[in-house]
Amino acid sequence: MSSHVEEISTHGPGIPTFAKVWVALLVLTGIEVLLAYLQAPLMIMLTVLLGLSVVKAVLIIAYFMHLKFERLSLFLTLFPMLIFCIVLMLIFLGDAYRIPAMRPPL
Amino acid sequence: MSTQVTATASGSLWDGGRSPYLTNSKKFGMWLFIISDALTFSALLFAYTYSRVSNPDWPTPFHFSPSIIFSSIMTFALLTSSLTMVMAVHAMNHGNRAAASRWLLATMAAGATFVGLHLTEWMNLINKEHVTAFSNEWGVPLFGATFFAITGLHMTHVVIGLIYLGIVCQAVMRGKFQAEDVEVAGLYWHFVDLVWMFVFPLVYLMSAKI
Repeated sequence: MSSHVEEISTHGPGIPTFAKVWVALLVLTGIEVLLAYLQAPLMIMLTVLLGLSVVKAVLIIAYFMHLKFERLSLFLTLFPMLIFCIVLMLIFLGDAYRIPAMRPPL
Repeated sequence: MSTQVTATASGSLWDGGRSPYLTNSKKFGMWLFIISDALTFSALLFAYTYSRVSNPDWPTPFHFSPSIIFSSIMTFALLTSSLTMVMAVHAMNHGNRAAASRWLLATMAAGATFVGLHLTEWMNLINKEHVTAFSNEWGVPLFGATFFAITGLHMTHVVIGLIYLGIVCQAVMRGKFQAEDVEVAGLYWHFVDLVWMFVFPLVYLMSAKI
C-alpha cells in the first residue's frame, strides 16, 4: 500500500490574477452598458448581452469560485446537468418570438 | 479543468473510503445548493425573457440617467465585493485572521451599498414611474410582476449573504471557523454576484430608454 496522503489543495491563482479577472469583468460590463446606450435591435441585444454574461459567469466560476483549480470530476458532477436544463428551457424561446405575429389585429 | 491528479497506485478514487472530489463536504454541499438555486433563477429569468420577447409593447422605463447609471454603480459595487471576498479567502488561507475579517467587512460594506442603491432605485420606480408588482401606466402588468419577483429574490439573497458574512466575520475575529468556512461563504457570495451578471443586462439594459 502506498503511504501517499491526499491533501485538499489550497494552491491556486494569486492576487494579480484576481485583479486581472476583476478588470476584465468591469470592461465586459462597460461594453454591455455601451450596447444599451446605442439601442441595438432587440434580438441582437439579447444574443450579445447573454453571450457576454456567459463569459462573465465563466470568469467568476473559474477564478473567484475556484472551480478551475478543483478536480475535473467536481465540474462534471455539477455543470453538464445545469447547462442541459437551461438549454431545454431555451427550446420555448422561438414560440415567444412568433406570438406577436400570431395575434389577431385589434 | 483539474490541475492535480492524486489517484494512487492502489486504485481509483471511486473505490470508496476516500473523498473523490478532494474537497470537504461543506464546500460540496454549498456547490449543490448553488446549482439548484441557479436553476431557480434560470427559470425566473427565462420566464421574464419569454414575456419580454412576446410583448412588443413592453415598457422601457429605465432612463439612462438615473436608472442605468445607478444599476451600473450597483454592478460595480457587487463586482468589487467579489474581489474583496476573494482577498478575505486568500488572507484566511495564509492564516491572517485580522486581514480576513477586514476584507469581510469591506465585502459587507459593498453589499450594503448595493442593497441601499437598489432600494433607492425601487422607490424611484414606484414613486416616479408608478410601477407596482400588479399594475403600471403602460398596461403591461407582467413588467412589474417579473421585475419585482426577480430583483426581489436577488435582493433577498444579498441580504441573507450579508447576515451570513456577518456571522462568519465575527467568528473569524474571535478565532473560530477555519479557512474552509470562509471559502464556503465566499462561494455563496460569488454566486449572488454571478446571478446579478444575468439580472443586470436582461432586466435593466434590455429595457433602457435613452
